[in-house]
Amino acid sequence: MDDLIVKTITRLIVPFIQLYGIYIVLHGHLSPGGGFSGGAILGASMILFTLSFGLEEAKKKVPHRISMLVETGGILWYIGVGMIGFISVGVLWGNKIAGFDLGEPGRLLSAGMIPLLTLAIGAKVASTMITLFHTVIEEDE
Amino acid sequence: MSKLLTILVLAGLFVILVGSILRMPSLGSIDNPSYNETTTYYLEHAVEETGSLNVIAAIITDYRAFDTLGETTVLFTSIAAVISVLKSKSKGGH
Repeated sequence: MDDLIVKTITRLIVPFIQLYGIYIVLHGHLSPGGGFSGGAILGASMILFTLSFGLEEAKKKVPHRISMLVETGGILWYIGVGMIGFISVGVLWGNKIAGFDLGEPGRLLSAGMIPLLTLAIGAKVASTMITLFHTVIEEDE
Repeated sequence: MSKLLTILVLAGLFVILVGSILRMPSLGSIDNPSYNETTTYYLEHAVEETGSLNVIAAIITDYRAFDTLGETTVLFTSIAAVISVLKSKSKGGH
């Protein structure tokens, strides 16, 4: 697709969509949202970019290797955070019991491991959406 | 004959499904069986036990983190299936 209006609007709007997605992921323990919804917003922003700029440009922004690394890294990070509790006290994904500092409820740095897990889920959902879309689009060309 | 059997089985299934919908508790009713002591426990103890104001996040990433691992595994399996089908087909076509 080679349309000036679509490309300009996409270039303007994609950073704001991604900022909103990152905000949703990082505030997963404070406000409605979390890893799945924030990751879906991040993935949707890259799908919009692919639709308006074409697959080659999008492949330059998010190479296949990087999205695969983020994907496998996300799930390993998720399991690794759970293993901290398993090794220290024998409870998988233990939060307070495994020594995570809960902090003061309502602050950004609080709730122990919940922001870490939300980050892993967000990265995983975003990279899954991007990889799925790029793979299916690739097949069409 | 087999067509008649199919229609009979589908009609029976339809009656069973619609009947079970009619027997379901109404949405949002306070007498629903899902509003039991588990819900009350989560609402009362989530903030002090997990430090998270978002009780849903507390449930899916703390109380039921193992279940969420299953959900992420579903994502991983889906992408592995798509890539194995599509990539192998395009490689074989050349």
